[in-house]
Amino acid sequence: MSDSPVFSQHSALSTQHSALRSANSAIQTENLTKVFGANRAVDGLSFSVAPGEIFGLVGPDGAGKTTTMRLLAGIMDATSGGAWVDGLDVIKHPEAIKDHIGYMSQRFGLYVDLTVMENIAFYADLYGVPRAEFGERLERLLAFSGLSPFKRRAAGDLSGGMKQKLGLCCALIHTPKVLFLDEPTNGVDPVSRRDFWRILYQLLKENVSIFVSTAYLDEAERCARVGLMHKGKLLACDTPSGVKGLMKGTLLEVRCPEARKAALLLKPSGIGSVAIFGDRLHVVVQDPDLGRAAVASALRGAGLVCEEISVAEPSLEDVFTSALLSESAERRVPSAE
Amino acid sequence: MTFRRTWAVARKESIHVIRDPRALGVSIALPLVLLLLFGYALTLDVDHVPLLLWDQSQTPESRDLGARFTGSPYFDLVAAADSYGDIEDALDHNRALMALVIPVDFGRRVASGRPAEVQVISDGSDANTATIAANYAEAIVQRYSAGLKVKLARRTGTLPPRPPLEVSPRVWFNTDMESMNFIVPGLIAIIMMLIAALLTSLTVAKEWETGTMEQLISTPVRSSEVVIGKLFPYVAVGALDMVLAVLAGRYLFHVPLRGSLLALAAMSMIYLVGALSMGMLISIVTRNQLLASQVAFMATFLPAFLLSGFMFDISNMPKALQLITYLIPARYFVALLRGLYLKGAGPSDLYGEGLFLLAFSVGMVALALKKFKKRLV
Repeated sequence: MSDSPVFSQHSALSTQHSALRSANSAIQTENLTKVFGANRAVDGLSFSVAPGEIFGLVGPDGAGKTTTMRLLAGIMDATSGGAWVDGLDVIKHPEAIKDHIGYMSQRFGLYVDLTVMENIAFYADLYGVPRAEFGERLERLLAFSGLSPFKRRAAGDLSGGMKQKLGLCCALIHTPKVLFLDEPTNGVDPVSRRDFWRILYQLLKENVSIFVSTAYLDEAERCARVGLMHKGKLLACDTPSGVKGLMKGTLLEVRCPEARKAALLLKPSGIGSVAIFGDRLHVVVQDPDLGRAAVASALRGAGLVCEEISVAEPSLEDVFTSALLSESAERRVPSAE
Repeated sequence: MTFRRTWAVARKESIHVIRDPRALGVSIALPLVLLLLFGYALTLDVDHVPLLLWDQSQTPESRDLGARFTGSPYFDLVAAADSYGDIEDALDHNRALMALVIPVDFGRRVASGRPAEVQVISDGSDANTATIAANYAEAIVQRYSAGLKVKLARRTGTLPPRPPLEVSPRVWFNTDMESMNFIVPGLIAIIMMLIAALLTSLTVAKEWETGTMEQLISTPVRSSEVVIGKLFPYVAVGALDMVLAVLAGRYLFHVPLRGSLLALAAMSMIYLVGALSMGMLISIVTRNQLLASQVAFMATFLPAFLLSGFMFDISNMPKALQLITYLIPARYFVALLRGLYLKGAGPSDLYGEGLFLLAFSVGMVALALKKFKKRLV
């Protein structure tokens, strides 16, 4: 590893400079914005991630999660705002952070014609992993990811879950301080997903900060803190339970066989926001008792069977749905005036 | 720039090249196929012109003239004709390119020392070949007629008048006047330009398209390490292509190399690095494989073919076009290779063109380095 003097000087300066702003943050952003033409893909993002924390960025496709990842990993230039990773200014010196981070793109980014070993060795060379340490680290990562039996297999011949684990090995070979994972379990089977998260939890023990994006809300519940992202903006940023606490009102779980019909009936009624989960409806209401009565009478009036109405603990999905709905409601109000 | 990272990129790129045997096969076979195709098709020598002879005179004199045609390496007698209908038919069906008609009174007129005429009819649809063949015919007739003058002079006892000026041509460098010796070196230059640019035109674009570039640019690897590292395996493939082309020139086309092999190798390497970097630059700028290969083809083959002096002499081009040829690197390499092959040129003869070539190479590498950005757009 021999950085040119220019670069190490930059890193030293930016460390000093940002030490004031992000003394105890693995990641910090201030009004981070990326505009593509008329589209504000990332719009004034401000948040921070503590060292050793696993932070989940949650949102639907097109929310701006991937763009945020790319900005923080220093592979895309921001339009405005600031970002610091491991105390280094990403906007000013994107190359300076690259020794400190591991990044896994959403699309499989390794070489399909190279074997598992060759891919890892390639990344070890790029990151300048000391040769004396390489063998031991490699064995540890292979054992850790369960890839040992597939060392000599071409990466293109691995299953989806194996590919993601290989990606993780390549991103971890230099023991980064901050790990960026862009939808790492997208399209991976449930068992492999569980394995993958087990590996992430082990990494946390080694004080790696993990910044992970996902469209799966059950995965977001596994994070220490989550950011709900929609149309480039953060709607909420807290612990999963904190985010749930942000939900205004109470969640009623309504069991009824004709859930779709019931939903169509309740949505325009103004009782509360409605989401379907199989044979159940989740209705968010202001007051649990009044809400319960209103739902029951509405269903009865339409001749729909209602088996049970109970107060339920909201999941992140409920919070997200209600947040999206209330946001679009807020938007509607000023335009009506 | 660290050696370790550059070498890592070079090694992984070599693995791509080796593990794709079909692409490797094409990149080794294509230059040879092109060399053979163009080499055999482009021969500019006109000989063995199929000739029809209509000897109406049937005298010793007319047979003597006819024999001068059929005995020459430039003409092959295909048939004797008996009418203009025969001639028209043979020319129409491409059985003959030229017909020689010796009139009835030819023998009588020649014997009596009076002026005589012969008629040469040629197929003008290939104007170039027709002109060259007509020149051969004229030369044969001229020589015959000069011989007649000498005979006549002897008979009358006077000395034949000496022509006031006599040209004695002496050809240097390509003493055999073999067009192959002239074509093959130029052809090697043009084919190498095309092949080299095509070799690298996919490498960067492919990584952007498949998404491996996004992963690569998240590491501390430098732009220069990616560009230089990626060049390595293609320099090796390009050098192999060059060796094969030179061997084919020597053993298939029998083109002698008069200059130094070392100079040839050095100049080829400079040219190769320049052309490979140009392909890489195209790949970097387009970020799209299909577009990159099309641009690489258009940007190398046509200019190299038309403006390098290979097909058309640069000094005969309009002034504006002549200026443009200075931007065509193949121009320098065509001149260098012809110098090395035909004249056995030494270092002092080569350095002018060599410097231009070096400038092109350095410029292309610099541009590729400058244009490669570790950023998504």
